[in-house]
Amino acid sequence: MAEADDRTFLGLSDVSISEDIPVEGEITVPMASHSQDEDYSTLDEPVKETIIRDLKAVGKKFVHVMYPKKSNALLRDWDLWGPLVLCVSLALMLQGGSADSKEDGGPQFAEVFVIIWFGAVVITLNSKLLGGTISFFQSLCVLGYCVLPLTVAMLVCRLVLLAGMGPINFLIRLIVVIAMFAWSTLASTAFLADSQPPNRKALAVYPIFLFYFVISWMILTFTPH
Amino acid sequence: MAAPQDLTFREFEVAADLLAETPGATTISSLREPQGHVSLAADTGDQENGDLEENDQTQLLEGEKQPPNFWTFSYHQSFFDVDTHQVLERIKNSLLPLPSQNFVRHCLRHHPDLYGPFWICATLAFTLAVSSNLATLLQNWREASFSYSPQFHKVTVAGITIYCYAWLVPTALWGFLQWRKGVGERVGCYTFLEIVCVYGYSLFIYIPTVVLWLIPVSGLQWFLGVFAVSLSGAVLLLTFWPLVRSDTKVVSAVLLIVVIALHALLAIGCKFYFFQSLPSRSIPVTQAPLRQVTPPGSSKTSAAP
Repeated sequence: MAEADDRTFLGLSDVSISEDIPVEGEITVPMASHSQDEDYSTLDEPVKETIIRDLKAVGKKFVHVMYPKKSNALLRDWDLWGPLVLCVSLALMLQGGSADSKEDGGPQFAEVFVIIWFGAVVITLNSKLLGGTISFFQSLCVLGYCVLPLTVAMLVCRLVLLAGMGPINFLIRLIVVIAMFAWSTLASTAFLADSQPPNRKALAVYPIFLFYFVISWMILTFTPH
Repeated sequence: MAAPQDLTFREFEVAADLLAETPGATTISSLREPQGHVSLAADTGDQENGDLEENDQTQLLEGEKQPPNFWTFSYHQSFFDVDTHQVLERIKNSLLPLPSQNFVRHCLRHHPDLYGPFWICATLAFTLAVSSNLATLLQNWREASFSYSPQFHKVTVAGITIYCYAWLVPTALWGFLQWRKGVGERVGCYTFLEIVCVYGYSLFIYIPTVVLWLIPVSGLQWFLGVFAVSLSGAVLLLTFWPLVRSDTKVVSAVLLIVVIALHALLAIGCKFYFFQSLPSRSIPVTQAPLRQVTPPGSSKTSAAP
């Protein structure tokens, strides 16, 4: 029995490499050097490429907001360029409203800016305090990007108001603003509601509803000179 | 061969074994991330373990109960530790003043939250501004000289008023009750956050009231105002009555009257500032020149005997 075992053992030794042939080769991982090259290349690339890549990322997020599916792209690579652009354009479009006295007019640029950013920060803090698992800037990113439908509504309202004031005019604006308000709220809820504990979803969603309601109210009550 | 027992969750078996070995141990399991520790004390009928283990247990329990630092996030998170149904239940209880149910003892149960007060105040401030704008529009849209304006400054005014009322009045009340507790012996006191919580939830009834004030029937508006003030005022009274019941009659009466008066003043002030009709706003302007004319005349007549 032992001999049989020796024979199998010898068979194995036949397979082994003889000592004359030196063992050599490279241990470096080819992938590591490739990524290092990539890091260097983003520094060396022309500015136009960097800007276009960032613009593409922003544009991709706009598409995600307009067609909200449960994807993680918006949450994973957050950026605040989109919200800044939307906030500034919305605040600019809300200027030039009617003002009998200095007090009685619509919101000033600074008021719109403060409401949007301060409101988004408060909602984010609220959802984090309630036990949400989303990070601070991710939530800011989502809330800011979901202002896009309302910015579109503002644009439409300004164009409609060029045709003059009137009840039909008002009805069109009302329908557009209500539709965009619902779209904004649903889009942001689709992204943010999953990160909340299940028995507190309504508590986290209600402030978002209030936030977009206030912005919609500002858009609807805009009256030009 | 693997026994069927091997397929069960081994962790609980291990824990059960440990518990069986040390009956005096305390097991801690976190129910909710990131906070919400519940310590389950196993059967501690074993008195022979001596003082050392009891000290460890009490230290452990005290370590659990020790409140986190003010500057940490988890300190503030403890004030938002409410579920949806709890918030709805608290709102419902703020609308129904039942003498047997003290809002603080029965509903809050040493678990005040800041979610309700903060968001009810925010909602009320925006509702006030929106309603007041719509009311101005409804009253004047038939007039030819009327031009619509959003009146956005009302949001700022409403916000400041509501938040000042909901935070300064509880501060004053808490300070006063602390002083009475120092002076008297049997006067109790709620914590500051419980008082803020009561005031915040008691403002909820003003939200539908403000919306209904859009109906331009004056009698209905006054009825709604009185109804809202009495309902939420009753809840406040019933909350604070057990505290000052053992104090002197004068002090308790004054306190309760001040609570109700401030509550009513808020409602009346909002009604007059935000829902004023346009003609009455012009009256003070015409009266001012008359007031300027009379004082020189009156001083001459008062000199004469």
